[in-house]
Amino acid sequence: MEVAYLIETVIKIVVVLIIFSALAGIGTYFERKVLAFMQRRLGPMNVGPYGMLQFGADAIKLFTKEDIIPTNVVAPIFKIAPVITAATAFIAAAAIPFLPEFTIFGYTVHPIIADINIGILYILGIMGVGLYGPLLGGMASANKFSLLSAARGAAVFISYEVVTGLSILAPVMIVGSLSLIDFNDYQIENGWMIFNMYGVGLVSFILFWIAAFAETGRTPFHLIANDHEIIDGFGTEYSGMRWGLFFIGEYANMFFISFVIPLIFLGGYGDGSFMGAMALLAKVSFFFFFFLWTRAAWPDVRPDQLMWLCWKVLMPIAVVNILIAAIAMM
Amino acid sequence: MNNKAFNDRDVSDSYFLVDIEDYPTEPWDKFKRVVKRTFRGELFVGLWVVMREMIKFDKHTISYPEEKMPIGSRYRAVHEMKRLWESDTERCIGCGLCEKICISNCIKIDTKIDENSRKEVTDYTINLGRCIFCGYCAEVCPELAIVHGGRYESACDQREHYTDLNDMLTPIDVMKAGGQLEFEGFGAITPHEDERVKKTPLAY
Repeated sequence: MEVAYLIETVIKIVVVLIIFSALAGIGTYFERKVLAFMQRRLGPMNVGPYGMLQFGADAIKLFTKEDIIPTNVVAPIFKIAPVITAATAFIAAAAIPFLPEFTIFGYTVHPIIADINIGILYILGIMGVGLYGPLLGGMASANKFSLLSAARGAAVFISYEVVTGLSILAPVMIVGSLSLIDFNDYQIENGWMIFNMYGVGLVSFILFWIAAFAETGRTPFHLIANDHEIIDGFGTEYSGMRWGLFFIGEYANMFFISFVIPLIFLGGYGDGSFMGAMALLAKVSFFFFFFLWTRAAWPDVRPDQLMWLCWKVLMPIAVVNILIAAIAMM
Repeated sequence: MNNKAFNDRDVSDSYFLVDIEDYPTEPWDKFKRVVKRTFRGELFVGLWVVMREMIKFDKHTISYPEEKMPIGSRYRAVHEMKRLWESDTERCIGCGLCEKICISNCIKIDTKIDENSRKEVTDYTINLGRCIFCGYCAEVCPELAIVHGGRYESACDQREHYTDLNDMLTPIDVMKAGGQLEFEGFGAITPHEDERVKKTPLAY
């Protein structure tokens, strides 16, 4: 392995880490503003013009807060849990092509850290490992609400991993590869995945999108940390930067899943032109905005409704979808 | 207690029973209900409503320290001491009724007889830490001198928090400009009361 490749990879990792940590902060600003506007409020207004420096103030607050390890918690696990959430979110990003490849100063840059041939499997697997953050954090917290949240988290993740995996199976069968770049290249020739195969792609898209809300723990399926039932769930006992790591992990996950959905189903970055890259960013922005939009509009479902939806509705549809795809491909 | 008027009220026009369907018991009926609910698109109605509000951009927030809600003229906040419209001098005659009636003992008034043999107020303080803003002082005042104002921000870093005569008295420049507002709450006379009042028959 050459030195240049190593250096390039390290630089790419640092860039992704910095950009998406910052985006997690800016994402909170946008979330607060969008939610405020949808509820006819103003949102943050006082720190900086139109409150734009609010996330800076929040970051300073989180970083300088005392790191409290409560009595009776299982300290090593309690300490490591937020790191798992944040780390798995970023590790999963290694196989996501954020932009088409471009040339800068005569050097071709591939904006993907590792184009491994099992890309989508790797991403979903690592995001699944992210479950251990809420699970271990909630179980180690010595708090009954945290424990409830951990149990709910395990149930939600296990259920929706099934839907995610099955819904993605049909596109994988159609493309015949697990690399997101191959997905993109396939869609250049055959059009967007959602218009493919007599609606099989569309059904997969909708299922994957629904499952993405459970994977990221966003509002219709926000019951892992539902304020009105179980305080902040697994985050109840956390404060300062450890809580901030959970937060960064959640927002980074939202951004990464917003990249994955268009890459698999909506044509990705297209032919790799500048417009294609912009189109990808526009699609990502829409999916990120949709996460905020649903939070303003939709109520949360109960855990039993969530399980019901997963096992009795979404999973049968996903299985039938795969069957149709298989028959159509024969 | 007699509930006859309440029980016999006419509800025929505006009240109706909401039509609630029975819960389905058969699996097939349950399935039909699921399908109906799934494709009715109520989720999209919710999405549309919040998006409409976002586009309309019609905010109802009041940025409190910069903007304030208009406050009712009868509101009982920090006291004010009014001046006479005729001579711009203070209305208080030092009778001490407010001090007597104050149920939380927060008013302290000191008076002396001045060189014209008139009573003069030398010291008048209200401990706002004790005051419960009941309005008795404004009600009992025979001269409409001590009244309540609209300044409700009286947060303080001490429990004892005094306001004195000079703070409460209408500033003389405001008075000269005709800017003194009469209190309309507790104890105030109604507008145009002077036209309706009958002269005291002093003849007999």
